[in-house]
Amino acid sequence: MTKVSMTVDGVRYDDEIEPRMLLVHYLREVAGRTGTPIGCDTSNCGACTVLLNGLSAKSCSVLAVQADGADITTIQGMANGEWHPLQQAFHEEHALQCGYCTPGMIMAAADLLRDNPNPTEQEVREGLEGNLCRCTGYQNIVRAVMRAASEGVTS
Amino acid sequence: MTVTTEIGRARARKEDARLVTGQTNWTDNLQLPGLVHVAYLRSPMAHARITSVDVSAARGAPGVIAAFSGADFAAEQGSLPCAWPVTPDIVIPAHPPMAVDEVRYVGEIVACVVARDRYAAADALELIDIEYEPLPAVLDMEAALAEGSPKVHEAGNKSFVWPFAQGDIDAAFRDAPVVIERTYRQQRLIPEAMEPRATVAAMVGDEITLWSATQIPHVLRFLLAAVLGIGEQNIRVIAPDVGGGFGSKLQATAEEFLAVLLARKLGRPVKWTESRSEGNLAVHHGRDQIQRIKVAADADGRLRGLSVDLLADMGAYLMLVTPGVPLLGAFMFNAIYKMDAYSFNCTGVFTTKTPTDAYRGAGRPEATYAIEHIMDDLAAELGVDPLELRKRNWITHEEFPYTTIAGLTYDSGNYEAATAKAVELFGYDDLRKEQAARRASGDPVQLGIGISTFTEMCGLAPSRVLGSLAYGAGGWESASIRMLPTGKVEVVTGSSAHGQGHETAWSQIVADRLGVPFEDIRVLHGDTQVSAKGMDTYGSRSLTVGGIAVVGACDKVVEKAKTIAAGLLEVSPDDLEWSPGRWSVRGDPEQGRTIAEIALATFAAHNLPDGVEPSLDSESTYDPNNFSFPHGTHLCAVEIDTETGQVKIRSYVAVDDVGVVVNPVIVEGQVHGGIAQGIAQALYEEAAYDADGNLLTTTLADYLIPSAADLPTFVTDRTQTPSTTNPLGVKGVGEAGTIASTPAVVNAVVDALRPFGVTDVQMPCTAERVWRAINEAKGGAR
Repeated sequence: MTKVSMTVDGVRYDDEIEPRMLLVHYLREVAGRTGTPIGCDTSNCGACTVLLNGLSAKSCSVLAVQADGADITTIQGMANGEWHPLQQAFHEEHALQCGYCTPGMIMAAADLLRDNPNPTEQEVREGLEGNLCRCTGYQNIVRAVMRAASEGVTS
Repeated sequence: MTVTTEIGRARARKEDARLVTGQTNWTDNLQLPGLVHVAYLRSPMAHARITSVDVSAARGAPGVIAAFSGADFAAEQGSLPCAWPVTPDIVIPAHPPMAVDEVRYVGEIVACVVARDRYAAADALELIDIEYEPLPAVLDMEAALAEGSPKVHEAGNKSFVWPFAQGDIDAAFRDAPVVIERTYRQQRLIPEAMEPRATVAAMVGDEITLWSATQIPHVLRFLLAAVLGIGEQNIRVIAPDVGGGFGSKLQATAEEFLAVLLARKLGRPVKWTESRSEGNLAVHHGRDQIQRIKVAADADGRLRGLSVDLLADMGAYLMLVTPGVPLLGAFMFNAIYKMDAYSFNCTGVFTTKTPTDAYRGAGRPEATYAIEHIMDDLAAELGVDPLELRKRNWITHEEFPYTTIAGLTYDSGNYEAATAKAVELFGYDDLRKEQAARRASGDPVQLGIGISTFTEMCGLAPSRVLGSLAYGAGGWESASIRMLPTGKVEVVTGSSAHGQGHETAWSQIVADRLGVPFEDIRVLHGDTQVSAKGMDTYGSRSLTVGGIAVVGACDKVVEKAKTIAAGLLEVSPDDLEWSPGRWSVRGDPEQGRTIAEIALATFAAHNLPDGVEPSLDSESTYDPNNFSFPHGTHLCAVEIDTETGQVKIRSYVAVDDVGVVVNPVIVEGQVHGGIAQGIAQALYEEAAYDADGNLLTTTLADYLIPSAADLPTFVTDRTQTPSTTNPLGVKGVGEAGTIASTPAVVNAVVDALRPFGVTDVQMPCTAERVWRAINEAKGGAR
């Protein structure tokens, strides 16, 4: 067992875990942050995307011990009293159906806008290439991200 | 007549509040005291006899609570159900949830470990020792039917033959000026709902609760009772938030049955969540047909007859509706066209592959692909524009209701209007001109235009029709309304949402029907203890069947309220009139009671009329008297780099007619997602097996679900021809886009390549296949 400490959505956690534990399992089962789901086991789908020290990371591809000392933001840490503008935009543009990819998609979009606050539609499509959605055909997701960008969202 | 304020309104969804914030309730999120984790060991062999299983080392591993092989369940596990025995002599092989003697596909469950955490369970699987005696894999349907083929099951490789004929097919083909015959292949697909399947089962006293990522909690409860012999009253099935289904969760799975058995055996709650690579092996697959199709036409292109001979791959076993899937296509090959005769024949074939079953569209995408493809082929043969050929054959809007050659009565439609709108949005004539110019100049980038003027049968289904097709259940749906004393409303629905937005759409319907605010309504679903009756969600049935049950339940509330209002107002019920949310005295509108006031008075029950029970609650069950027939015209333009074979969708226009629309935003979303899934079949996806029967596409690195970067922006619009079958005038929309788009895209690919002599490209139309098709047609490199 290995000791890890990290901050998840503003709360500090100290735990002893197996060194092989994936970050996403740590978040879901140890920290109890089940907002971040798991969609695959090959880091293709992006459903488990979180912000790791401000940058998007697929939490199924990171060991929890690698995140020792890190500051992690999950979908559950995005709303601050009121919804994050990306959450609002996804809602208003109907950018989700079953909602399973949504947490990862929003976190990836946040990182995309940090990197490129004024993306073209094609840049949004390419920027979200690592996040799969089976319901929406992506059109409204792209629309939501463009809307958030037009509102000046940069993280 | 109720004034409509909510139906047709572009409401943002109620569901989103939990989904965008991560406050979700996926099955895998569930934690219970004493919860233990299950891991399943799956066959690595496509076909083998199990000669020994030794789980003793696994039982002794750290953290392990139990380990079992199929023999441990043999006495109680029964056989997974097939609810659609399509012919009296169909072969339905025994299908134990955990294999006992023999395995017939890679991924079949052979043993399991239960441990304190999922890591320990996975570790201990490695310690199970199984001996297999290999048997020959059976992978090709035609070879499987040949004399002397190795057998998948003792009874052979043929499950059933289902023939269907209407009109004089011989006469239609005899002396026909034009006859063309084609063979198309529907590749095998994997549904890939984003949420992997998961189950949690717990037994308390004699009550078993199963949480499952399922589309069908009600049907599943019945099947668990019927197969396992557990009293239905002691089974509760809960479908919490479910992350997509597309038919893959319309199933009674081995893992669900084993979860119940394990919870009962161990007396503690058990959880299982599959990994994606496990799911690609074990979730039922879709499509996989060989379609031999033949049309006879007059010289002007008027269709005389259509003949279809299908081979449908069942995979290794018949799952819940496996044999019925091709039958749902049987009535759709004739599509929107008039003709004199039709014959259909389907052979269900066993192979040593993952079982197939319903996948978005289930039978109708296959049929629509074949007919729309051959209509393009026929147009090319005759030298007429493919749109013109369709116009010469389709049912005109004056002809509805129209009984087709397959015997279905299409209640409504206007193919001319949808097509005219699509043609205009697409710029059809200009694109044809550009295509001609590119052809003339020998441009290495060629333009192809694909047409799909589809319809489909959904809204499953009139119970009598299902009975006549030997389906094992009815097609009704149930709803109830609970009027709360404060005037708020709970709507209980038997539909089981997994992304569709029922909580929003049903609220809109109820808001209109009862005249209560949208925000005052809560929709309850997906738990057999809350919504006791239901037939669940599949076949684009929720709105056209479940939504109409909601209407019926509302109307009963309004009628009950009328009697009570009359008592409160001391007038005859005949003197009352309804305006949204209020009964008032005709001619004296000041005198009235709102539905909220009536609800409170009913709760108090102090001065109700004699003999009136103190309840406004209602229940309604609706059995449709016809299917729903959405239709539309989808047009796709592709650019093909003839030097590399790369296909790029340049534009995609979809004009759908789904009748009256309750929520246009939700409808548009369904169309977008449907188109994307159909494009995925046309260009990207295929479940591939090697020569030994190993699935090669077990991960999302191998099985290519399109990303945002792989898809274009769709132009969508609608025409609105109300259904005459139901009181809302609505039609189904969940599968329409998928049904429409695959042929539109492939027709565009083939259209681009026809000058090279190409008449077909096998799906998915990858760059390699397109390049080979061009070069083979040129007689060059292959």
